[in-house]
Amino acid sequence: MISFPDVTTIPLASWIDAAMTWLLQNLSGFFDAVGFIILQVVLGFETIFLFIPWFIIILLVGLAGWKLVGSIRTGITFMIFMFLIGSFGYWELSMRTLSLVIASVFFALLIGIPSGISMARSDRTERILKPVLDAMQTMPSFVYLIPALMFFGMGKVPAMFATMIYAVPPVIRLTNVGIRTVDIEAVEAAKAFGATPKQILFDVQLPLAKPSIMVGINQTTMMALAMVVIGSMIGAKGLGMEVLLAINRIEVGRGFEAGVSIVFLAIIIDRITFSFSQKKEK
Amino acid sequence: MSEKKEQPQIVIKNLWKIYGKDPKRIFTKKMQDLSKDEIQEKTGCIVGMRNISLEVERGQFYILMGLSGSGKSTLIRALIRLIKPTDGSIEINGKDITKMNSEQLLHFRRDTYGMVFQHYGLLPHQTVLDNAAYGLKIRGVPKGERYAKAMRTLETVGLKGWEDYYPGSLSGGMQQRVGLARALANDPDILLMDEPFSGLDPLIRRQMQDELVELQEKLQKTIVFVTHDLHEALKLGDQIAIMRNGELVQVGTPEDIVSNPADDYVQEFVRDASPAKVLTAGTIMESPKVLLYAWEGPKTALTLLRSNNRKAAFVVDKGHKLLGVVKESKLEQLLNLAEKPKGIPLSAIKKITSVTEDTIVEDLFSIVSENPYPIPVVDENNKFKGMVTTDQIFESIAPAADEGGDND
Ligand SMILES: Nc1ncnc2c1ncn2[C@@H]1O[C@H](COP(=O)(O)OP(=O)(O)O)[C@@H](O)[C@H]1O
Ligand SMILES: [Mg+2]
Repeated sequence: MISFPDVTTIPLASWIDAAMTWLLQNLSGFFDAVGFIILQVVLGFETIFLFIPWFIIILLVGLAGWKLVGSIRTGITFMIFMFLIGSFGYWELSMRTLSLVIASVFFALLIGIPSGISMARSDRTERILKPVLDAMQTMPSFVYLIPALMFFGMGKVPAMFATMIYAVPPVIRLTNVGIRTVDIEAVEAAKAFGATPKQILFDVQLPLAKPSIMVGINQTTMMALAMVVIGSMIGAKGLGMEVLLAINRIEVGRGFEAGVSIVFLAIIIDRITFSFSQKKEK
Repeated sequence: MSEKKEQPQIVIKNLWKIYGKDPKRIFTKKMQDLSKDEIQEKTGCIVGMRNISLEVERGQFYILMGLSGSGKSTLIRALIRLIKPTDGSIEINGKDITKMNSEQLLHFRRDTYGMVFQHYGLLPHQTVLDNAAYGLKIRGVPKGERYAKAMRTLETVGLKGWEDYYPGSLSGGMQQRVGLARALANDPDILLMDEPFSGLDPLIRRQMQDELVELQEKLQKTIVFVTHDLHEALKLGDQIAIMRNGELVQVGTPEDIVSNPADDYVQEFVRDASPAKVLTAGTIMESPKVLLYAWEGPKTALTLLRSNNRKAAFVVDKGHKLLGVVKESKLEQLLNLAEKPKGIPLSAIKKITSVTEDTIVEDLFSIVSENPYPIPVVDENNKFKGMVTTDQIFESIAPAADEGGDND
């Protein structure tokens, strides 16, 4: 076999390494600040979820299943799921996982929805962002752990950062698509009556794009949840950590319990966020 | 300054719209002479409007008509600057809107226009009331006032009691009423309507047309109305502009268009238009061979009749007002009287149904079948203008159909 000539090797890896080093040396204050904010938000959610007594959370989840998703049966099923998670002994860990997911999604939306809006408003921004999003979605999720680790060290913050980056593309995409496919006449009508771009955005585009944006939020949330196990590899405490430990020690039963708990959480979160994307007939 | 007042409300001069990349650059003198297809082939750009000039008077119901793709929407949307024309000027109330910046445009749109769209363009997540009040909200009218105003316009369009519903639960016709209410709530100077009734069932469409005619009688707004339906155009329009391939082919009153189509394209449009619905007594009337004056003696009258071979004639008074019709036999009776009257006495004159100049031919049929005389045409003061005979009525509706059906 003829090997690829060595001379033309482009040292991309070393360039990126150099860039990272530069970022770390010059922007460490910035990353510290960002890390601090992220941490406060996660801890805030954790405090809330661990403060509320378990039976109240189970009740609230049941209520959400009943009122938002559809039937009283769904509500009861959700309550059983939550109860099972508790009975496996994973209540606290699942609350931590939930906090991590919710905080990641919170930041993903904070970045994703405005990005989606600006993408919808400018064809050029769309042209630039589209390939970036494509690349992000085909990138293996582990890749995000490396820069996250370098910027923030071990623990919750890098896990959340990686999760957020990994999970943000769907909400950007679907916000963009949602706004671009809003009934053109509704937008023109608002324009014709002299509405400003901001009024058009809030009166027409966002409300009419809401179902699409909600689908994006649903997908982003599910991706965030999927990232949880991977995030635990860099020290984020939660259900993912349990799965990881079980794998390392080849404890099938333990892994199964933790895995099933994640699946239960996923189903509940999926159904509830999905219900927001459905139009309610009045 | 009185001359200023008579200026048309909308004055469009040499307006062009070319869709595509960098239209200004390709908009050269040479290019302007090419046809739409040639321009598209050479540059990939599409001509939406070509050198359009027209004027709309205040209070006029102005129709833009043409086949799909002829540039009607482009023109009406240029009027409110939803598209930016490539060249030319649009003066509204004396201001050139092609030169306005976006801030000026916002205010201008708010203060001048109401617009109605083919697919209604309503906000599905807001109630009928909120939709109707939307233009007022944009204008910054306080909540209480804008709801009160919106309620009134909803009542005008016959939607009282529906204000808390969502548009999705209304029929198409009713949704378009909401669209109309929203446009009227602003009490705009100019109403723009782009095929507002095209999506509706024929029956509902006709009903909406009737109501719009009635409404316009009260409001006297300037209306620019796009349609591809000739009957709608004839029914509603004071003035009709016909477009083809982005060009203005003919502008005229409904009668002009139907009786003198400018070319084959217009001819094709008006072919199945019934002239009876368009032509009026005023256009087809003629002056009578003999017209008698009430103060003339019966003898003179009789001589006039006989010399013209007539058996009867209309009689008018000193103010040229129509009195009725007098027959030869009546005049002969008068001459046989012992005491001959000075003029023609009212007792000898038979009253007769008259019509005004704007009565359409269709409405003449029933009158002509009732009495044996030609129909006298008078103005609003009953002054005699002319007459319409049975022959003229049938001639008026025949030739257009003949010419149209001439193709073997
Ligand atoms: N945004 C656009 N981009 C390119 N071409 C357009 C655009 N809008 C309209 N056109 C073209 O301009 C011409 C006139 O269209 P339009 O004004 O919509 O006609 P109408 O309303 O009479 O059906 C058509 O050939 C149409 O294809
Ligand atoms: Mg159109």
